[in-house]
Amino acid sequence: MTEYIVLSAILFTIGCVGVLTRRNAIVVFMCIELMLNACNLALVTFAKQHGNLDGQIAAFFVMVVAAAEVVIGLAIIMTIFRTRRSASVDDASLLKY
Amino acid sequence: MTFWILAPIMVAAALGILFVRKAVHAAMLLAIVMLSLAVLYAVLDAPFLFAVQIIVYTGAILMLFLFVLMLVGVDASDSVVETIKGQRALATILGLALGAVLVTALSQVTLGTAVGLDEANAGGNIEQLANILFSRYVFAFEATSALLITAAIGAMVLAHRERLTPKETQASLAAQRMRDYAETGKHPGPLPAPGVYARHNAVDTPALLPDGSAAESSVSRVLVARGVIRSGPAMADDIDEVRRQLGQDPSEMPETSGKSGAPASTEEDVK
Repeated sequence: MTEYIVLSAILFTIGCVGVLTRRNAIVVFMCIELMLNACNLALVTFAKQHGNLDGQIAAFFVMVVAAAEVVIGLAIIMTIFRTRRSASVDDASLLKY
Repeated sequence: MTFWILAPIMVAAALGILFVRKAVHAAMLLAIVMLSLAVLYAVLDAPFLFAVQIIVYTGAILMLFLFVLMLVGVDASDSVVETIKGQRALATILGLALGAVLVTALSQVTLGTAVGLDEANAGGNIEQLANILFSRYVFAFEATSALLITAAIGAMVLAHRERLTPKETQASLAAQRMRDYAETGKHPGPLPAPGVYARHNAVDTPALLPDGSAAESSVSRVLVARGVIRSGPAMADDIDEVRRQLGQDPSEMPETSGKSGAPASTEEDVK
């Protein structure tokens, strides 16, 4: 089962790097989804490893929270895009000045 | 076996998300990762999560991403300018370090033989999940409903826009058109229809005016911007070509309207 956990770690790392390097807010969001998916894979793997279903329940809740988070996040991105005509995370820097 | 086929595909697709320029391509690569994950869930004895992963993640969440991409504009690609100097390199180094640490740590671990879910799944995976969900996790489940309704209301509030100007009615639009005609001479009627030809009858072909020039306002501005318009003069050359194939001499025939050399546009820009 170790290989599943390693795959999960690799996917999580890729998601992390994506969040740090990509500038488009929507792609950053996709990378967050990738990290959540990687965590889900680890949870489901451990559920099989330990022979109880709590891991699958946790993965299910992660999916629900991810759905709610995506709805709100994308609505925020749309609102920012409407006012500033840009979906880049670097352009939303008014608080800096 | 399934794992060793899917794992390289997933890692390659995930790496692709880091490097593709267009957000739509990133979404497609993410779809590959999510669908492969669904198959892995099936392999890991989680048929319920397999279905939910496809229906909720790939079907709903990813479609939501695509909808927003459509609204924002698919060509909204990443800028390559670094706001913080050296951030990209640092992030890559830190990411590699994190990955190395995680993989090394995991390779030190022996998980032992997997217990397997045969016992826990006895009587069906979905039934057993429901048993746990509605007993031990029932409060978390109820809290989820509050979360979902908050998210729905939040999205509605964020997407709502107050109307600042009164709504345009049909009467006011008609009055505005006539005013424009009186002041600037802008044509008040509908735009000409595209593509009225014997051979081509398509929206990407501009209509020809009586003087032989192409009516630019007859084709959609979107098609013009994409550069997929067939020009009127090119069409006229096509017509000459057909006449030649029919064994007629084009020079003896009456002049085809819109032949090359005819002015591309003499018509004033109607709207």
